[in-house]
Amino acid sequence: MGEASPAASRVDILRALRAAALTGLVAFGILLPLIGFNTVQNIHNELILETRWPLLAALVALIAGAHFLHALLLAPALARRALRPPRQYPAFRRLRAWSRPALAPFLLGFVIAYPALVLLFVGFQGAAKWIDNFGVQILIYVMLGWGLNIVVGLAGLLDLGYVAFYAVGAYSYALLAKTFGLSFWLLLPLAGCLAAFWGILLGFPVLRLRGDYLAIVTLAFGEIIRLILINWVPVTNGYAGITSIPRPTFFGIPFNASEDGFAARFGLEFSPIYRTIFLYYLILALALITAAITVRLRRLPIGRAWEALREDEIACRSLGINTTNTKLTAFAMGAMFAGFAGSFFATRQGFISPESFTFMESAVIVAIVVLGGMGSLVGVAIAAVIMIGGTEIMRELDFLKVLFGNDFEPTQYRMLLFGFAMVLIMIWKPRGLIATRRPSALLKEHRAHGDPVRKLEQQREQALANEGRA
Amino acid sequence: MSGPGLERARGTATSAAGPTDGAILQIEHLSMRFGGLLAVNDLSLTTRRGDITALIGPNGAGKTTVFNCATGFYKPTEGRIALQFGDTGVWEELDALTERGTRRAARGDGVLFLLERMPDYLVTRQARVARTFQNIRLFQGMTVLENLLVAQHNPLMLASGFTVLGALGLPSYVRAERSAIEKARYWLDEIGLADRADDAAGELPYGAQRRLEIARAMCTDPVLLCLDEPAAGLNPQESAALARYLRAIRDEHATSILLIEHDMSVVMEISDHVIVLDHGQKIADGTPADIRNDAKVIAAYLGVEHDEVADAEFVVEQTLR
Repeated sequence: MGEASPAASRVDILRALRAAALTGLVAFGILLPLIGFNTVQNIHNELILETRWPLLAALVALIAGAHFLHALLLAPALARRALRPPRQYPAFRRLRAWSRPALAPFLLGFVIAYPALVLLFVGFQGAAKWIDNFGVQILIYVMLGWGLNIVVGLAGLLDLGYVAFYAVGAYSYALLAKTFGLSFWLLLPLAGCLAAFWGILLGFPVLRLRGDYLAIVTLAFGEIIRLILINWVPVTNGYAGITSIPRPTFFGIPFNASEDGFAARFGLEFSPIYRTIFLYYLILALALITAAITVRLRRLPIGRAWEALREDEIACRSLGINTTNTKLTAFAMGAMFAGFAGSFFATRQGFISPESFTFMESAVIVAIVVLGGMGSLVGVAIAAVIMIGGTEIMRELDFLKVLFGNDFEPTQYRMLLFGFAMVLIMIWKPRGLIATRRPSALLKEHRAHGDPVRKLEQQREQALANEGRA
Repeated sequence: MSGPGLERARGTATSAAGPTDGAILQIEHLSMRFGGLLAVNDLSLTTRRGDITALIGPNGAGKTTVFNCATGFYKPTEGRIALQFGDTGVWEELDALTERGTRRAARGDGVLFLLERMPDYLVTRQARVARTFQNIRLFQGMTVLENLLVAQHNPLMLASGFTVLGALGLPSYVRAERSAIEKARYWLDEIGLADRADDAAGELPYGAQRRLEIARAMCTDPVLLCLDEPAAGLNPQESAALARYLRAIRDEHATSILLIEHDMSVVMEISDHVIVLDHGQKIADGTPADIRNDAKVIAAYLGVEHDEVADAEFVVEQTLR
């Protein structure tokens, strides 16, 4: 690929300009009603049509400009790169090989030390936000993602109503704790069992269905549970939800400013941060238990049967596997972890209402699992950090108001950005962030010959490189 | 590698008596109707223990439908499908079992199953009939070894105390898993895939996938192995290797084989018994040599009228040889 002659490059520029103009036109057509016009209410409650021409022009110019640069510079560069053999980065590879065994302990150490690090760098005043919004919130979704990973990632059953089991767990805890005054530690397993029970109950009629049909029915189930929570007012208190749910105690010691409170008992100055830190470690422990059980089950016959079910259900039946039972166990297992997470959610919030269990939540959890790479625990965790942490980060982007005016609310663009991220992932990593699968059993001889996962990765990279060249 | 039950199944084959002498699978008056289409029409056939029985016929003759009925994937519209292993005296219970409406009868160490009454997974788990598919159905994303371990799901599930004991890492389960891996290794050596054990099954070449699917079916310890076009898409060398492999299964593992096949060289070489179907009915039944010269078979394959058979015979003789 030598230097392009000036004549050829003029042709290229013209072509790129034409492509960019076309894209700009399409963008204008789409954005005109979305961005160009805006309705606002004035003080007299009248609806007024505003126009936002500068913003529209800026966006169209941005899109057209990006396409121009892509068509002129990026696309030819990528095409040239695809022709070259993939470059080897020995240093990077060595770093990766070296860091691989250390990665898991390092991450684990980081999440365990996280509250201490936050206290160290932010201090007691601002720590609650960092531990609660970024720590606890993300870990709830990590746990939900890992739970759903059993159903969607391992067993391959697309469940779009997962949040229903989360709701069952939350309401089980809230109602039983308020009505009977039972402790969190007793109700946690009970909420999990109840959610698993509902999972089996739903599973029996539904699991004959496959693929799209199963997805639609589970979606409906999620909505049914939410509608029951809204309409069964005597029990659930409808839209108003359940308030003053008992907060967690440190094995019987409440987190309050009283004489018997946690701070007083341990001779500390009272601060609400202790409860937040306790909640952080609680959800961390729950999430790690979920991960440990999943890892364990994957190596047992039931886990292999789940994965086999995902690969080919008919072949499973031809090998004498009772697929109904296998699906039910996956469903119940996933539901149970959602139940645990739900009861944690209830005790953490102190208030729950059907608002928290909309389809949007199910969609986010499914997105986390798909984005992470079906079946990969690390991938799901990374995806949860990106998706939920990303949302939280957007709350922090107040400086953008300087750019876009005071009405600008960054969190409103969350879905737009998620959609964008999803499209990018589908293009670059269609099988999720982490697509390699660790075999659940190996023939012994191969253990001596180095890491089989590494070998699989190398094969895949080689295959991709070959595809790129073809 | 064969279990004690298999040895018994083979040992008693010679001492059988009665009308169902030496039979392992007996299909009687089987009919399967899909809406207006009668795919199998009043078909009766018997396959003998220790035989390789081939089911042949033109496309659409109903061969795969018979397979699907015998392995529980279809519920036949009518008919009785009986499978027996162990003490052959149990065949005498056949009519009583049919009357009783249950699916299983036992006498001594012999068991008799009515397959049309069983769901597909129980046909494999209890009646020990394993099958492969026309379009290969491997667990593509899982490794070769894992494919063979999934086939041993039921004994492993039992050994893991339905997951509970296994999750606790009890030594009895660890032993069971080790022996399952040993069994998988045996079959991998048999099909020459031991060095690819930890590769994804979907990455294997086509012929190896076919062999792996058969090995996977054998890992369920079957007494009857049903193969749906095992030689489809194989080259002549691979077909010859497959024939050797199937004969080894019959001779060393006391597993009877029922196969559908279009590759006549394979059928004629390895079959002890050939059954020909056309339009859902049996048109011929006998040794490969009988079938080769059967006028009806020749007509069915060429689609000619009966009076033209004699003319066609010569042409077909050439084709089949």
